[in-house]
Amino acid sequence: MRRAALSALLSHWRRQPLQLFTLLAGLALATALWSAVQAINAEARRSYDAAAGTLGLGAYETLGDPAGRIPLATFAALRRAGWPVAPILEGRLLVAGERLHVLGIEPISAPVENLPAGLGPDSDLTPADLFLPPGLGFAAPETIAALDGAPDLPRLIADPALPPGQLVTDIAVADRMLEAGGDLDRLLLLPGAPEGTPGEIAPALRRTAPQDQGDLSRLTDSFHLNLTAFGLLSFAVGLFIVHGTIGLAFEQRRPIFRTLRALGLPLGTLLSLLLAELLLLALLAGALGIALGYLIAGALLPDVAATLRGLYGASLPGTLAFDPVWALSGLGIALAGALVAAAHGLDKIRRMPLLASAQPRAWTTVSARALRRQAAAGAALLLAGVAAPLLADGLLAGFALLGGLLLGAALLLPLLLSAALSLGAARARRAAAQWFWADTRQQLPGLSLALMALLLALATNIGVSTMVSSFRLTFTGWLDQRLVSQLYVTAPSESEAARLRDWLKGRADFLPIWKVDLPLHDAPGELYGISDNPVYRSHWPLIDAAPDAWDQFFANEGVLVNEQLARRNGFAPGDPVTLGPGWVLPLAGTYSDYGNPNGQALVSLPLMLQHHPEVPRLRHGLLTDDIPGLTAALHDDFGLPRANLINNETLKATSLQIFDRTFTVTAALNVLTLSVAGFAILTALLTLSTMRLPQLAPLWALGMTRRRLARLEILRSLALAALTFTVALPVGLALAWCLLAVVNVEAFGWRLPMFLFPRQWLLLFGLALLAALIAAFLPVRRLARTEPSHFLKVFADER
Amino acid sequence: MLIQARDLRKTYRTGDGPLPVLSGVSLALQPGETLALTGESGSGKSTLLHLLAALDAPDSGTIHLGQTEVTALDDAGRAAIRRERIGLVFQQFNLIPSLDLGANLAFQARLAGRHDPDWCATLAERLGLAPLLDRFPEQLSGGQQQRVAIGRALAPRPDLLLADEPTGNLDETTADAVLDMILELVAETGAGLLMVTHSTRIAARLSRRVHLSQGRLA
Amino acid sequence: MNARCLALLAALAAGPACAQGYAGLGTRAEGFAIPSPDTRLSFPDDHGPHPEYRIEWWYLTANLTDAAGTDYGIQWTLFRSALAPFEAEGWASPQIWLGNAGLSTPTEHYAAERLARGGTGLAGATAQPFEAWIDDWRMASTAMTGDQLDALSLTANGDGFAYDLALTANGPLVPQGIDGYSVKSREGQASHYYSQPFYDITGTLSLPSGPVEVTGQGWLDREYSSQPLSETQDGWDWISLHLDSGAKLMGFRLRDRESAAFTSATWIAPDGTPTPYRDGALTMTPATDAEPPTGWQIDLPAQDLSVQLDAINPKSWMPLTFPYWEGPVRVTGSHQGRGYLEMTGYPAPE
Repeated sequence: MRRAALSALLSHWRRQPLQLFTLLAGLALATALWSAVQAINAEARRSYDAAAGTLGLGAYETLGDPAGRIPLATFAALRRAGWPVAPILEGRLLVAGERLHVLGIEPISAPVENLPAGLGPDSDLTPADLFLPPGLGFAAPETIAALDGAPDLPRLIADPALPPGQLVTDIAVADRMLEAGGDLDRLLLLPGAPEGTPGEIAPALRRTAPQDQGDLSRLTDSFHLNLTAFGLLSFAVGLFIVHGTIGLAFEQRRPIFRTLRALGLPLGTLLSLLLAELLLLALLAGALGIALGYLIAGALLPDVAATLRGLYGASLPGTLAFDPVWALSGLGIALAGALVAAAHGLDKIRRMPLLASAQPRAWTTVSARALRRQAAAGAALLLAGVAAPLLADGLLAGFALLGGLLLGAALLLPLLLSAALSLGAARARRAAAQWFWADTRQQLPGLSLALMALLLALATNIGVSTMVSSFRLTFTGWLDQRLVSQLYVTAPSESEAARLRDWLKGRADFLPIWKVDLPLHDAPGELYGISDNPVYRSHWPLIDAAPDAWDQFFANEGVLVNEQLARRNGFAPGDPVTLGPGWVLPLAGTYSDYGNPNGQALVSLPLMLQHHPEVPRLRHGLLTDDIPGLTAALHDDFGLPRANLINNETLKATSLQIFDRTFTVTAALNVLTLSVAGFAILTALLTLSTMRLPQLAPLWALGMTRRRLARLEILRSLALAALTFTVALPVGLALAWCLLAVVNVEAFGWRLPMFLFPRQWLLLFGLALLAALIAAFLPVRRLARTEPSHFLKVFADER
Repeated sequence: MLIQARDLRKTYRTGDGPLPVLSGVSLALQPGETLALTGESGSGKSTLLHLLAALDAPDSGTIHLGQTEVTALDDAGRAAIRRERIGLVFQQFNLIPSLDLGANLAFQARLAGRHDPDWCATLAERLGLAPLLDRFPEQLSGGQQQRVAIGRALAPRPDLLLADEPTGNLDETTADAVLDMILELVAETGAGLLMVTHSTRIAARLSRRVHLSQGRLA
Repeated sequence: MNARCLALLAALAAGPACAQGYAGLGTRAEGFAIPSPDTRLSFPDDHGPHPEYRIEWWYLTANLTDAAGTDYGIQWTLFRSALAPFEAEGWASPQIWLGNAGLSTPTEHYAAERLARGGTGLAGATAQPFEAWIDDWRMASTAMTGDQLDALSLTANGDGFAYDLALTANGPLVPQGIDGYSVKSREGQASHYYSQPFYDITGTLSLPSGPVEVTGQGWLDREYSSQPLSETQDGWDWISLHLDSGAKLMGFRLRDRESAAFTSATWIAPDGTPTPYRDGALTMTPATDAEPPTGWQIDLPAQDLSVQLDAINPKSWMPLTFPYWEGPVRVTGSHQGRGYLEMTGYPAPE
């Protein structure tokens, strides 16, 4: 009995291959996006765990000489005294017009975690490749492309996990390129190092604490939460498809169910057979989804790695490891998703009376009451979302707001569309137009799930791209303003720095950029001393300031802190800020400081020198109208190595490049979500089109041509997409506001102004229409080609 | 002559080879004339009706509606004929579920661009639909729905009303009432009527009757 | 293959070395000096490094006892490996140095390693005054007169152990093979090889349980070469024995996949006079089923020697990047004494 019943049930899919495809593809896509995000997160978490304190070079305490580089002999003396230290040599070079950050590590002593992935277990590199000239250099692919053809470089090997513009190489190569003469920048203190400073072996060396890893994980957490939210959203969109398809498949098989029941199949058996069928399909789709997700994750991971490194300094391998636990959880989510999507249908079958008359189109009709109920739920969700940040703080409340906003709007959509279509019908004058509006409204229940998916995708797209574009605009403007000096110069040593300041007299104004790293209110921070130059008052924008902030500041009576530090500690102008033991100053103002995970404070130069007389005085910003002239003079007359000089244009370009790469992943997920929504519309239209013929045949009989009917079908799809976009736009803007004003503040510690980008909306509107057009194309072509005899069958079959 | 069909032939391709349905049918109808078309199941009644209604084209033979050679028209031309000069009533009513009765009633006339509100109101009144105009088809009984279908077909004042078993889905009392209305209104508008039916009782109430058997008129 | 393994590979040069230990004497000799039977050892210069040769080592083992008579053994080794046959100042040096240190007690075994690049001062050797070092491990001459190697101080440390020893030689330097030219295979691969087997030692071992004062005997090997082992040789067993009679025996057996093992031995009389023996004169037969064999039957009929070697601590495995077995042994049979056993090319014990 079971076997016969099952084959009767499964025969449906043989007759409806498109439906089967839709179901599998929907579930596979949903699983794929979800699993991809999970894989990326898991990979990142694995790296953080593995690193546990040895993550990145910044995870180590270091020894450095505030006055300049460390002689090789000092390093050797330390090692011979039993200090486990590994050398780092780094510097900046202009190569082929590109600014190159050369990071020299010593592969024999460097912590293995910090070696480029290219030196991994599968490498076919030989010791001679690594240690004999020309040596090896690892860099991001775009960096390698930019360096193409430059002379005197080591053999370059692509490593997408490296930030752009960086070349990681053996210290011997770095020494050659930077002409360092064996000198070193810093020494990493490896596990087992003694406490304190080396004392008489190397009296000049100072110990610097590692970058705080707790802070890092807090920051990266928020990034992963972002990704997870995206994954969930995609999964939800995918489930809309699956729910629609399963609902239709159940509805179309009602007569079979009824017949099977009438022939004596118990309800429990029928339900268990349907469940078994569902599990089978879910497993199949889940496996497909996992494979697809693995590919997506593999493609996205290098950019994620770059983002994490660029934004937070966390290092992540550029390659993905396959984890069976992850695969199993992917299958699990596919199963759970299929069950959730089918629950409603199964429940309806459970309650289906044995002898009720068949209602073939019941699935597509929803009572006005149900519509109102759904809308009420949507409104409640919206309210709950808005209430979340009022009731609780933190990133989770921010995401509750996002979730409430998106889901609430999605649930409200059908009612809004229905109202808009009624309005259209009421204003229609011609018969065909009247029919168009009325019929579109009647189609709405069948399409509303797909349209809700489209709404989610469009709103997310608007929200995220508004956020990114606003961020970029702000960031660019901020860079323009903040890079007040035209040239930035780092002297190789304190004596050279003093000579430089003498040399500059009469040639150019300079701004000291002298800083010390210190904890600020129990978190890693940095303190800068700046000199009283009018350029600060005109170019250093304050976002929250006492009325006479700059006067107070340069009168040594106030401190300026970055937005992150102020927000973290809830500082307002006038509040006391502790800069060290017994050193407290009132807050004069706060300034934006995008991209910096650390707290930062500015004091006037005299205060800085009073409290930190030992501050390294190597960096200077130069104010000049003749950048090339001064650059040449610094190089030729003063004898400053080119590596110690950078102009603000290059600095800006590098910053923007890092910024853009940071949001590559976001853009990719955006596109993927939109594609899934487009697919949802296609499947909904395709399934509806199979039921359209009986509705269209009478119109054709009454004298409407097939071509005209087809045109109206296209128009319907476009109209629905346009209406959905109209709802999505405000939702997306609200989402953007949420991201900029709530989520960003929680995740990064800075709030961004929101800008509007109507051209982006137009483009997206075009995209939405295009998606609707593409989705409608297949069913409409089918309609336009329908033979009159098929229409006639509608009339003849009834006999 | 209202409609003149000459030597109509139609063969369907089926899995078991060609199936001849009409093998040379000629038929003519005068204005105001009412004609019953009877025949067994599968005799070709519906096919003949579909050809006359310009829903389908014959393999050979000609159909003239007034001066217009329908069989020479393209898709769009045939659609225009259906819109403007022919009223169709089906056994299953085939109303448009998304429109209310008023809109359904006026639909074809408006489509044909010859909507006459007074005539529509008259039709609604005569068909007993006036109080129901803001209802939707699913809220009506079969007899009410068929009256809407008749009204819809007559609203553009067609030259010819074609009806395919219009009372086949109705009980006898309702069927008689519906038939009365059709005959009354056809007589009033001066349209011709061709009605497919298998009921001799109904056929007897029309002015002429032809019988189709194995693709030929008897 | 991470960079560390790459570096070690470089240091130890043999292709399959990662699996086999440092039995390899180099895979290629291109551009490097080749050992020659005509080359004569010259001191103190030859105590220092020979960068023109691919590989070189300073290899010291010692059998020690504390006041209670407990046996200990220590090992101190500095390897030099060259990627190119020259030395240079600073990071451009193609020389790579590897230090291994071990300490065996009857129940415990400690091992540690250090790795550094040449040219930087982190590791290296000088002939006069003699010093060989890597990081804070150091072997340095304390000789006021005579040869630089006549008196040494020796330190090393690692996880759980350290030692600080004073060594005094009571006999001369001993050339191995023919005047220091030691043949390693029937195909003629060879090295320059000399020893100082006559050290008396006093000093302190630092163990987790506390410091232990010890005395005993030590043996220093100096060897350098550029030539690969024969293709089919996949490991070696090497012994250095201090016999109670005052005589010493150095012997090794190079295992061959395709033919009989290649053996070589030098009998050193109490006055330091060496008698070298060619392939086949010495036989070394495993006397246990253990892998690697920690008991051996050693026969040198030419000296009426037939002894049994037993490891003082059979668990003297050096679990380093290139693992091998190295530990002190007790000598019984026709002769009594103590010594050191080194076995390479065996899989790690369970």
